[in-house]
Amino acid sequence: MSESTTPRKGTVSSRGVIIRGGRIIDRTGERVADVVISAEGVIVAVDPEPDLAGLGLADALELDATGCIISSGLVDIHTHLREPGREEAETVETGSRAAALGGYTAVVAMPNTEPTIDTAAVVQQVLDAGVAAGLCDVRVAGAITVDRSGTALAPMAEMAALGVRMFTDDGCGVQDDRLMRRALEYSAGLGVPVTLAQHCEVEALSDGGHMHEGEWSSRLGIPGIPAEAEELMVFRDIALARLTGARVHLQHLSTAGSVELVRQAKAKGLPITAEATPHHFTLTHAEVASYDPVFKVNPPLRSAEDVAAVRAGLVDGTIDAIATDHAPHTAEVKEAPFDHAPCGMLGLETALALGITELVEQGLISMQQLLALMSWQPAAIAGLEEVHGRPVAVGEPAHLVVLDPTLAWTVDPAALASRSHNTPYAGRSVRGRVRHTLLCGVPMVMNGEAQR
Amino acid sequence: MSSGGPANHRHGGLRNLLSIQDLGPDVAAGIEEVMTLTDSFVEVSERAIPKVPALRGRTVVSLFFEDSTRTRLSFETAAKRLSADVMNFSVSTSSVKKGESLRDTIETIEAMGVDAIVVRHASAGAPRQIARWATSAVINAGDGWHEHPTQALLDCYTIRQRLGDLAGRHIAIVGDIKHSRVARSNIAAFTALGAEVTVVAPPTLLPPSLDGWPVKVSHDLDAVLPTVDVCYLLRMQRERMSEALIPSLREYTSLYGLTEDRALELADHALIMHPGPMNRGVEISAQVAEHPNAVIIDQVRNGVAVRMAVLFLLLGSGTEWGGEADV
Repeated sequence: MSESTTPRKGTVSSRGVIIRGGRIIDRTGERVADVVISAEGVIVAVDPEPDLAGLGLADALELDATGCIISSGLVDIHTHLREPGREEAETVETGSRAAALGGYTAVVAMPNTEPTIDTAAVVQQVLDAGVAAGLCDVRVAGAITVDRSGTALAPMAEMAALGVRMFTDDGCGVQDDRLMRRALEYSAGLGVPVTLAQHCEVEALSDGGHMHEGEWSSRLGIPGIPAEAEELMVFRDIALARLTGARVHLQHLSTAGSVELVRQAKAKGLPITAEATPHHFTLTHAEVASYDPVFKVNPPLRSAEDVAAVRAGLVDGTIDAIATDHAPHTAEVKEAPFDHAPCGMLGLETALALGITELVEQGLISMQQLLALMSWQPAAIAGLEEVHGRPVAVGEPAHLVVLDPTLAWTVDPAALASRSHNTPYAGRSVRGRVRHTLLCGVPMVMNGEAQR
Repeated sequence: MSSGGPANHRHGGLRNLLSIQDLGPDVAAGIEEVMTLTDSFVEVSERAIPKVPALRGRTVVSLFFEDSTRTRLSFETAAKRLSADVMNFSVSTSSVKKGESLRDTIETIEAMGVDAIVVRHASAGAPRQIARWATSAVINAGDGWHEHPTQALLDCYTIRQRLGDLAGRHIAIVGDIKHSRVARSNIAAFTALGAEVTVVAPPTLLPPSLDGWPVKVSHDLDAVLPTVDVCYLLRMQRERMSEALIPSLREYTSLYGLTEDRALELADHALIMHPGPMNRGVEISAQVAEHPNAVIIDQVRNGVAVRMAVLFLLLGSGTEWGGEADV
């Protein structure tokens, strides 16, 4: 995780940057101060009236943060960048641009690519593409099993040697109980702390399903996926965490039962973390009544009770992170009949606004709690806490987001930077937008515009 | 049971028929309108030359992504009796087999100039998606487990023909409700007309949730039979056994089949209905299918007139449909 692995390209300037007029909210608290960043991308002053001349940065680029919040950059631990293999839907570059526009300075790319990210060679390919794009710190999650087929362990050590700190077969859960147990045991001996992340779904109960099983699937005549398909694997993985002592991260929790299981596991002190997506705290299965596959996602959109439980889990700390599960798909494949269309929806450019609109403005959580869920807590889960989600303080790397928490805007699929346009929020009015995103002190987004 | 909404109504009239709800906002009035028109088309069908010029110059394409000889023939017969031109898009020999997308297929067909697309698809909701892309009228001829609205209309017509008004009648729908588009459309239509519906099935063949469904549920056919005015049997698919939904067809028949003995429990006036094709000896015994109160052939016959009414409502101009035979 050395600083040298972080890409540093862009329009600036050996003259440094000053962010003026904003209010800082970071893991340490809140304060009003300007932030001065050196030409090397390090924070050199956090002060209401910084002495630029004294810092030798009299010529610094000024970024206006009036009315804005300055925070450590957001971290998405669940991003599908589709490269290699599905570059028509997204590339590391287009996904990185979407991430930067969404306020993210780091993303963890999921391994369900073609080929699967299950060897050092593919890990290196994606890392290199991230550096080449230079818009965001692109990290990689390796597969737990070879080709995510759930039958043999992938070479975790060789991937860990390249900095991989999270492993997952995301898209599928590891079905075999014994194999998952072995994976957890093996992961404890890699010499570096890693987290195994699980897409919780028991396929025997979910196979053939295309939406949440319940009132709406029954009416619409679409085969359902019961909540219990997720909850059984959540339960199993909690048991395996207890058995092995290894850390388990549960991805995209979507049901009330899952949230309650995690709450109980945490109360017992088990090494469990969990994430939830913006769509699982915003949308319900009633959306599927349109039969529009833009609402098809896995885990599926659930009931209003499940949405309320996910929100409660975010409020009381049961859920540690908001992760996007950003999953681009081309219009060609999404314009299929509902049961033929692939699962997934975009998330990077709308997650922050949904967090503000659906959680902060509803009075459920504070802005600092939202930023905890989107910046430093996910950074810790993904093993990035030495670099991302840091305090906004002197000596820290300037991976920052400047966001206007009140700016109202309407989601326009065509205006998104992602190569695909499968957002379920088209036409939705939201509040909160990124003004600037800085990676290593370089503005990747300035005044809402991507700089590369 | 899904929402139709204003987008399905053009100049206050019907634009598409995707579900029974599309006949709303007053579904009962919408069904009555179809019934009234059907009366006139039944009369046309009884003529020596059963053909009127109502839709001369109009083109109807039948687009069946799933095999169905009966429904397809019924629609094509209906369109021809209205003098429409009928195009037949055969999926098995078409570009769909070569990977053409649903949207491209629809745009290609529309470019040839058609007025209505009659679509059958194995995927629930496919006709609704097609209606978003199409400018011509879209008629759902059955989509997955979702709806089959013209079947429900012909069933309403057949019941009314024999028993009069449906209001207050008790109708049992027996069998595989979970996988049945016929059941979903019929429940919506029968209850809109004021009938009381009981679904009779083993729990594994019911939808996972019946929240909001205006039906009673029973697992005891023998208890329900004496109380019904209509016993509507659904086709039992053999593959339900491999899915472990029932132990065997034999056990299914013993509990839910309309056998000769069970038929004796029906009231004298009670109708026996089936959407076809029947599995004789499974959900209905061979003898019961020939019962004087079994109106299964009437359903098929009325299907043509009902579909004429639907096509005319969607494509005709005003209420004049030509009157005299076009010879």
